[in-house]
Amino acid sequence: MRNETALGLREARGPWARAARFVLYTVLFVIFAGPLLALMVGAFTPTVDPTQFTLFPDRLSLDNLERAIDRGVLDYLLNSFIVVGFGLALQVLVSVFAGYALARKRFRGSAAVLVIVLATMTLPEEVLAVPLSVLLADLPVVHISLVGSLAGMIVPVAAWGFSILVMTEFMKEIPRELEESAKLDGAGEFRIFWQVVLPLCRPALGVIGIFGFTMIWDQYMLPLLVATDPAQYTLPLALRSMRSDDQVGIGVLLVGAFLAMLPSVLAFLALQRSFIRGLTSGAVKG
Amino acid sequence: MTVTEARTSPGPDTRRPLRAGPPAKVRLRRAATPWLFLAPALLLFLYFKFIPMAQAVRMSFEEVRPFLGNTYVGGANYTEIAGSSDFGAAVWHTVVLAVATTAGSIVLGLALALLLEGQTRSLWFVRSAIFLPVVTAMAVVAEVWRVMYYPAEGGALNSVLSVFGLGPSEFLNSPDSSLASIAFVGVWRGAPYDMMIFLAGLAGVDRVLYEASAVDGASRFRRIWHVTLPGLRPVFAILLTLAAIRGLRIFTEVFLLTNGGPDGSTEVLLTLTYKLGLERNELGVAAAGTVLLFLVLLVLTVASRLRRREAR
Repeated sequence: MRNETALGLREARGPWARAARFVLYTVLFVIFAGPLLALMVGAFTPTVDPTQFTLFPDRLSLDNLERAIDRGVLDYLLNSFIVVGFGLALQVLVSVFAGYALARKRFRGSAAVLVIVLATMTLPEEVLAVPLSVLLADLPVVHISLVGSLAGMIVPVAAWGFSILVMTEFMKEIPRELEESAKLDGAGEFRIFWQVVLPLCRPALGVIGIFGFTMIWDQYMLPLLVATDPAQYTLPLALRSMRSDDQVGIGVLLVGAFLAMLPSVLAFLALQRSFIRGLTSGAVKG
Repeated sequence: MTVTEARTSPGPDTRRPLRAGPPAKVRLRRAATPWLFLAPALLLFLYFKFIPMAQAVRMSFEEVRPFLGNTYVGGANYTEIAGSSDFGAAVWHTVVLAVATTAGSIVLGLALALLLEGQTRSLWFVRSAIFLPVVTAMAVVAEVWRVMYYPAEGGALNSVLSVFGLGPSEFLNSPDSSLASIAFVGVWRGAPYDMMIFLAGLAGVDRVLYEASAVDGASRFRRIWHVTLPGLRPVFAILLTLAAIRGLRIFTEVFLLTNGGPDGSTEVLLTLTYKLGLERNELGVAAAGTVLLFLVLLVLTVASRLRRREAR
């Protein structure tokens, strides 16, 4: 079809148009991906100084990596993986349960629950920092302190409004007849949930999986409130202390930043389709 | 949650002969089921969202004294925070950052989306590469840009500037350029996100209208102005409110790039409440700041929800 895009750029052919497009793509690539590529390169060159930050190094080395490992970068990475692993598993479970109730059940108060879920999205950790720090030190009723333990970074991220809404929207699309016929076969509530509804939700599970992953991996305020000792730092939190390493320069920081960047970038590249679906369902359709 | 719940299907016990118990019991279980599935989410929200919010409201009317007991001080915390010059400056910086980042991201994001709309493989590759800043953790983004902004000759960005005969700039180290430098990072990370949303919106614009305008001999500019932009109107509304909310909760990048400095030139609402509450231990005043910020967020969210409903 002619004029397939708003600008109609597909019409433009010929060597000049092609060259112009190549230049445009290169410029955009350098502006947006360039700093992150320079970070990767810097992590594997003997960088000691910010003036040596470059895309084209003289030689490669693993010195920075060795120093960063000496400084415990792998322990921070492990903390991050523990938090994201348990946090995401819980978040998926909680969202799937809540989505099932909101999408598949008719009950009094469901509209109010939806409003509550939406309201939580205006209360992110950053905004609640001050009261949250008081609460984490002494949870009401149970009187446990989550400060100083990784659990304090895991439990609060288990319920996330975005994941619940995505799950709810998706589960609404599943035809009710499937459920009815399972019921006629004598399946109980939990079996319907587990064996009929959940297997059909795989695309939505991909969406909340990758979004939950990046959300938890990106957490900064919560670990900042919870960690009392560098031994509990997640990798993003540890970067700040790595930056000021006078003896070895910024090389250690670059390795840490590289390792903190890698998992979410790899997850994005592997699950792009889900990611973009989540972006548009979360933002455009609401 | 009452037992006498209105249901469209007839008596549930006739359907499940094997489990037939007293009807009231079955109905109670049916009514309880959704709440059992919702319990984990609601409990977690109660604990980590609503109780902290309630505590913030309570603390905002108190002088918080650990171990001594709090005393009620009325609106003193509110008058203190609203009257302080730090707060006024923080509000101003937050608004400037939010507006600059939002406007920059939307304009650049739209330009990117128009330039990179299409299905070819090379476009897909460029779009993915451009999108990397969005998935990279904010802490990493902040550290990368601290290195990029190295405020002397030989710093990565200053080297680029010197090619054009400019610089070297102090970037984050000077009160004149610190806020703009943070806003630039915000645009760098926000524009690709907006681009993806615009691309989704562009896919929804009716192709027939493009053809019709081509038949009418409309120029590219007129086609974008009269067909594409009106088609994207709901996307604009959503992006604006999302960005306003994002702007108000800005914390990590400022905390890591400048921590409010130099000379308080980049202090925003959340770095200020963080310092008040967790460094200076003025929990009551910080709580008042939290409540004020929350009220603004609430208004914006409700407005965006109403808009979204209209857009549908």
